[in-house]
Amino acid sequence: MEFTITNARLIDDQVVDVIVSSGVISEIGSGLNKGEKIDAEKNLLIPGLVDLHTHLREPGREDSETVATGSMAAAKGGFTAISAMANTFPVADTAGVVEQVYRLGQEAGFCDVFPIGAVTQGLAGKSLAELGAMANSKARVRIFSDDGKCVSDPLLMRRALEYVKTFNGIIAQHAQEPALTVDSQMNEGIVSSKLGLVGWPAVAEEAIIARDILLAEHVGSRLHICHLTTAGGVDLVRFAKSRGINVTAEVTPHHLLLTDDLVTNYDSVYKVNPPLRTERDVLALRKGLADGTIDIVGTDHAPHPTEDKDCEWQSAAFGMVGLETALSVVVKAMIETKMMTWADLVDRMSIAPAKIAGYLHHGQILKVGATANLTIIDSNANWIVDRNRLASKSKNTPFEGMQLPSRVVHTFLNGKQVLSNGEIVNGGAVE
Amino acid sequence: MNKHLLSINDLSAEEAFEILNTASELAKISDGPMKKLPTLRGRTVVNLFFEDSTRTRISFESAAKRLSADVINFSAKGSSVSKGESLKDTAQTLQAMGADAVVIRHGASGAAQRLADSGWISASVINAGDGTHEHPTQALLDAYTIRSKFPQFNQSFDGLRVAIVGDILHSRVARSNVLLLTKLGASVTLVAPPTLIPVGVADWKVKVSYDLDSVLKEVDVLMMLRVQSERMANSFFPSEREYSRGFGLDITRLNSLSKNAIVMHPGPMNRGLEISAESADSHKSVVLDQVSNGVLVRMAVLYQLLGGATLTGEVSA
Repeated sequence: MEFTITNARLIDDQVVDVIVSSGVISEIGSGLNKGEKIDAEKNLLIPGLVDLHTHLREPGREDSETVATGSMAAAKGGFTAISAMANTFPVADTAGVVEQVYRLGQEAGFCDVFPIGAVTQGLAGKSLAELGAMANSKARVRIFSDDGKCVSDPLLMRRALEYVKTFNGIIAQHAQEPALTVDSQMNEGIVSSKLGLVGWPAVAEEAIIARDILLAEHVGSRLHICHLTTAGGVDLVRFAKSRGINVTAEVTPHHLLLTDDLVTNYDSVYKVNPPLRTERDVLALRKGLADGTIDIVGTDHAPHPTEDKDCEWQSAAFGMVGLETALSVVVKAMIETKMMTWADLVDRMSIAPAKIAGYLHHGQILKVGATANLTIIDSNANWIVDRNRLASKSKNTPFEGMQLPSRVVHTFLNGKQVLSNGEIVNGGAVE
Repeated sequence: MNKHLLSINDLSAEEAFEILNTASELAKISDGPMKKLPTLRGRTVVNLFFEDSTRTRISFESAAKRLSADVINFSAKGSSVSKGESLKDTAQTLQAMGADAVVIRHGASGAAQRLADSGWISASVINAGDGTHEHPTQALLDAYTIRSKFPQFNQSFDGLRVAIVGDILHSRVARSNVLLLTKLGASVTLVAPPTLIPVGVADWKVKVSYDLDSVLKEVDVLMMLRVQSERMANSFFPSEREYSRGFGLDITRLNSLSKNAIVMHPGPMNRGLEISAESADSHKSVVLDQVSNGVLVRMAVLYQLLGGATLTGEVSA
């Protein structure tokens, strides 16, 4: 199959035509015309976005999301690769489960779904899961995480960091000291004190980050810190990088934009783990992402059905959907504030995550020979988030009714168009 | 006044005084031969209690009955509240039954606000205690009790000095009292071990002290809070005895209070822990006034949320 994307604007503002044949960029130039023509109308052409932190809920909670619906949400959000977290039922702690998730992703065919394996059996934090078996499976797992739970036992964390060196794996830590966060409901501070909700102190996150940085240094392995939320955490990662420790860090779009005072009316759509923090933290996270201390944006897309949110705060589930709003929220938080350029955004949301995870066919510089995982963005558009128009099966977005900048127009997965003018097309396995 | 009473933040100082004034008027009527008013005849008040609290429920029940409302007591404790769904289902059931006001007591902070904001129900919602958040009618009855003992503060609490002692962190009574008393002009000092003071207290318009003895002489009102022994298990303080030594109101401390000072407690009291029997039963203690004033203040709240007619017209009815 062969087609030409015409009038594509690159991040350096150059307008080009791009020929895609057999899933690969075969020519970049002007006046090109081969096969079907897709007019980019001078919209921005970038490598497809890559998410290292996605909850797809299948197997086990197909009422909130499936691999297929989550993949569609990803395509609508401009993602060509997502990484399915392990906290499913059963837990993705065996080769069987990760292969199933990988296969479901291939069958859905809207984006590449790379499973993340659990660090410990059943996420129980007691003994290591069969990391090698998952690494050697067809899913070729390289990222391991107990996300949702912290690998809090320091010895187990040390062993995990050491063990994955065999296959250049990486441990993605959900940094939350459990003893400091028993029954915690929101960021501990002025707002939690007023609302009478059990606080979630920043130190509960930072204590684990500090410990794991030192462990990673000691054993010489790769550590990835999931969803950083505190100013102190940014400082710790900055310190680690200055020491040459092999640590990478991630921030979610919602932690770049929302603060804990939104909790004031107890609307459980703002209940998320880790919790929304203060404005000071948000500004530190933005600065950290801009200067590269924080390497990537990860969505922490966490779908929940209505009944798990439509209740009193304390009983509500933690989490927000985010795949379909991620790009726009980052544009709003980072580009509209002039803290980052589009080139920086492409790095944090595509190139850097693909590199960390080793997704070789994603996050590539646009050049001849690169795999055609591509996204076209109308950077002049604005849109209003409507939860009922989300492709995700769950509607728990904190951005409902908000006007956001930039709209994903087209997405191409391995040379196949999966999103056309904002509408999902052409699912199914690649031949 | 707003449709709901969820937090003291829903009230201006004027509105709060209006409730206290209404309660004073109702007190005069209660002393007369006809204790019952026809104001809320035909209206339905539901006491929706997800937590046991016989005292608060009875107080609201007698308040509603004295205003001639029909009262339904709905004890939801024991039904599955862990999933939360039951709050919604219960609310919709009450809506279908035509409740005009729902008095809700719930273990989760914010439950009353969820009920009011959710669109599940069109009734007025009165917060009778939500988790560790607020208990606004308790603060109103405390203010009413203070005013009845200190007539000089009839129009404003400017110059009134209050100390609230004990488990501030977990106390909805403390939160509502801090908001109301400071709104009315009082100066408030919180006294507790640092473990029982919320981290965000710097944002509150209060002073904080870890030393009860140093504040005793300086207060007109000493409000003691109930301390739950489970706090000890979670290391908020080492032992009941140590807590009592530092923060309990024993006879020595009682005697060092100024002549006109009063001692309050929202009940139920742990005699011997935060308050000794002598202190609880002393002439300075207004604990029983708080209980009887509770009915009057809750009548006033129901009256203002549901009634609207003027009181003078009602007296002759």
